[in-house]
Amino acid sequence: MILGRLASARNAALLAVLGLGLASVPLWAPRFWIYVATQALIFAVFAMSLDLLLGYAGLPSLGHAAFYGVGAYACALLALRQVDGLFPLLLVGGAAAAIVAIPIGALSLRTSGVYFLMLTLAFAQMLWGLAVNWVSLTRGTDGLIGIPRPTLVGLDALEISLYERGAFFVLCLVVAVLTFAVLQILARSPFGKTLEGIRENETRMRALGVPTFRYRLAAFVVAAAIAGVAGSLAAMSNGYATPDLLYWTASGFGLVAVVVGGTRSLIGPVLGAFVVLVAQLGLSTYVDRWELILGALFIAFVLFVPGGLVGLVRRT
Amino acid sequence: MEVSASGLTVRFGALAALNHVDLEVAAGERRAVIGPNGAGKTTLLNAIAGELRPTEGSIRLGGRDATRLPAWRRARLGLGRTFQRSTLFSQLTVAENVALAVRARDRKGWRFWPVRDRPLEDEVARRLAAGGIAHLADRQAARLGHGERRILEVELALAASPSALLLDEPMAGLSGDERRTTLERLGALPDDVTVVIVEHDLDAVFALAKRITVLDHGVKIADGTPTEVRANARVQEVYLGAI
Repeated sequence: MILGRLASARNAALLAVLGLGLASVPLWAPRFWIYVATQALIFAVFAMSLDLLLGYAGLPSLGHAAFYGVGAYACALLALRQVDGLFPLLLVGGAAAAIVAIPIGALSLRTSGVYFLMLTLAFAQMLWGLAVNWVSLTRGTDGLIGIPRPTLVGLDALEISLYERGAFFVLCLVVAVLTFAVLQILARSPFGKTLEGIRENETRMRALGVPTFRYRLAAFVVAAAIAGVAGSLAAMSNGYATPDLLYWTASGFGLVAVVVGGTRSLIGPVLGAFVVLVAQLGLSTYVDRWELILGALFIAFVLFVPGGLVGLVRRT
Repeated sequence: MEVSASGLTVRFGALAALNHVDLEVAAGERRAVIGPNGAGKTTLLNAIAGELRPTEGSIRLGGRDATRLPAWRRARLGLGRTFQRSTLFSQLTVAENVALAVRARDRKGWRFWPVRDRPLEDEVARRLAAGGIAHLADRQAARLGHGERRILEVELALAASPSALLLDEPMAGLSGDERRTTLERLGALPDDVTVVIVEHDLDAVFALAKRITVLDHGVKIADGTPTEVRANARVQEVYLGAI
């Protein structure tokens, strides 16, 4: 009991330090690093949603980027049709991803383990193929470009816009904090605990009268919706949506972030997302083969640090 | 709840693990299913519970045809079960294990924010005390000893408040004290609860069941009171007089 309270106090402290540290980034960091941190936060939202699947529900998806990409394209298509407004653009990404996730989840969840991994990968690659080939809608490999960032209703009178230094970063930080809170609440709810039971022992849960498939599908759709919101943010942030967003390597980087950071903690995937993004955008300016370094790091964590970065902090 | 199977056949390739087995267990009856290893006892329970699709035959629960129902639907009709190999939530504590079973019974899983559920906590505490494992409440299931796992296995099934209960060797490997507790727990089940118990411990079988079904090589070879079963020539042959 006391140990538990100490641990949660330490977690809260860790969170506060992390949050304040991040919030101060626009005040002191050079533009490039604000950009890196923004990308990392978007990626963190994506990684947290993947942790709901991998960590809490025990579903190793290798196709989660499909929903990130669907969210980005949905946001882009709407924004390019002159729809303005932050909430509609964020929500359309989440909604589109959730709708696409229903059939994909319903089919993939009939399997488990490595078969689930392969099926999610296959569906994601199909959607990637669609993004490449449905040129009239997606403009193929060129992607949709020139996506405007939405105006902030009310704040635009004060001449605050998402193009200003740090403003978009703050938006991403707010979405990341909300995602963290929502997933934390979900994980501790009866729904989250049931999901945990299914992960630990599906046979027993069925024998207790739990329709395990429905719970897994619900988790799959919720995770997809959050990934879709992250996709919306990515489209707004970069101003473009390209098929790369859906490619399987994006799903793979998500898994790297979750495993390096530590599953079932939500904070772990956030840390992992920063590691991956700093490696990607930071290292790549100095080293050509940055993926090699990231890969080595991933292998090292899988072998020697099964609890991830969060596990390291907890152990000390 | 009445449990019945008719013409039940389960084939794994060329092997018939069950071959046209009929079983009629009335509501409130306590029935033991015995037989040598490989007789098809666990297969029978798995088919009744819905973990396994029978090749032929049908299953009725409380008068309803359940042959095509998935396992979770049968559980919701009131069918509970234990497993031969302990099937627990190993990363969770003993209390959390039982809480999951109670929550599943009450269908309280579709709530998306944390709730303090006093009645549930009280019931879990009561059940742990009754099962003699209150002192293990905060122990991770993976760290339990063998006997403790078997007891938790039975408690999980009981926590679902089943109206029919399938028990797969609940006594296997228990110490003397643990055996007595488990027998008491099972003896204290309400009279209208149907029990089908697969067990090698014949003392426990005779203590609990008034009727016995004997399986051998997937075929039912005897069915009746302990005296009738003991007198049966084929049973004596299979058990070499050990019964």
